Amino acid sequence: MPDEETTFRRRHLAQLRSELESHPEDEDADEASEEAGAAAAPAAGAAPPPGDARARILRSFSRPSGSQVLGAVLVGLLTFAGVTQVRLYGESDTYAGLRQSDLVQALSGLQAAQTKADDEISRLTKTRDRLRNSSDKGTTALEQATRELNTLGILAGTLPAVGPGIRIVVTDTRGQYRVNHLLDGIEELRDAGAEAISINRKVRVVAQTSFADGEGGIEVDGQLLTAPYTLDVIGDPDTLSRALDFPGGFKDDVALDQGTTKVTKLAKVRIDAIRTPSKPTYAQPDS
Amino acid sequence: MIAVFGMILGVVLGLIFKPDVPLWMEPYLPIAVVAAMDAVFGALRAYFEGLFSDKVFVVSFISNVVIAALIVFIGDKLGVGAQLSTGVVVVLGIRIFTNVAAIRRHLFHA
Repeated sequence: MPDEETTFRRRHLAQLRSELESHPEDEDADEASEEAGAAAAPAAGAAPPPGDARARILRSFSRPSGSQVLGAVLVGLLTFAGVTQVRLYGESDTYAGLRQSDLVQALSGLQAAQTKADDEISRLTKTRDRLRNSSDKGTTALEQATRELNTLGILAGTLPAVGPGIRIVVTDTRGQYRVNHLLDGIEELRDAGAEAISINRKVRVVAQTSFADGEGGIEVDGQLLTAPYTLDVIGDPDTLSRALDFPGGFKDDVALDQGTTKVTKLAKVRIDAIRTPSKPTYAQPDS
Repeated sequence: MIAVFGMILGVVLGLIFKPDVPLWMEPYLPIAVVAAMDAVFGALRAYFEGLFSDKVFVVSFISNVVIAALIVFIGDKLGVGAQLSTGVVVVLGIRIFTNVAAIRRHLFHA
């Protein structure tokens, strides 16, 4: 038995050698033959010359055999699996078919990205809150400033004013009404809480308003006003009208100057006369 | 000739049925396909050399697929699945090139 085996092996080796020699340029024949050569070479005998290849194809077309059916089944299986894989790869999303380690890596990457994004979110939220806060503060400051502007505008006479009050009409047919009496009257109105005063709808009376005697009338802030003098006053109508009545007061002064006074309480007095504010030249705010 | 029909039939069936691949099989399918391609090209070469045997073809086809899948499976268990499947693809790719080069020599004598 061992002798037979040895001879068989020897013959096999010789065959392989002759095969190799027949394709001297075929340096990788030995490797590929592990499939075809190892099992089939002993049965097939010497390899046919390369020219046979095309003839073989033609023969296989003309004379199909049973082994071809088997081959067809396996090739069909391969293409079936191949097509499935191609389709699967084409339609699968990024993570399907990944290994556990790859998934862990992808997950940790995503977690890192998420942490970064969270940091970004909290940072931006803080910025937003800060901006909102400061804009709230700005809005409040602006409202306060607007309120103050309105108050000061009415006080300084730069804004028109409207509200309840009285209208006083002083007739002075003889031209004897003295500026001191008008000034006293205005002081009394201020004491009674007058908030805005205008004379003859032309001049707004404010802190800087000047009074002087003029030709045929009274000069207020450099404007000559003539009788009858109409004083529009905003304030509490009852208090204001009572302030004119006391002895030696506004009405008595007018009567002393041979004039007459007519007082009307109004629910709505409109003062349209405004002053253009003058910038102080010498006084500076001291804060 | 019949093999060509089988190939076309496989493509058509794959396109028509759109089979769902089980999840556990997904990492092995591409490797198995490459291994089967290697077997098919090896068989084609053997056929041109007159050494073709259907038995060898069947056995090599199945063993190629099984071994390739097994290597990847073991690689997965060892934690080097990605690297091993790359290695398998490289080796099979080299073999496919070699086989195709031999087929080319037989067909075109070049």
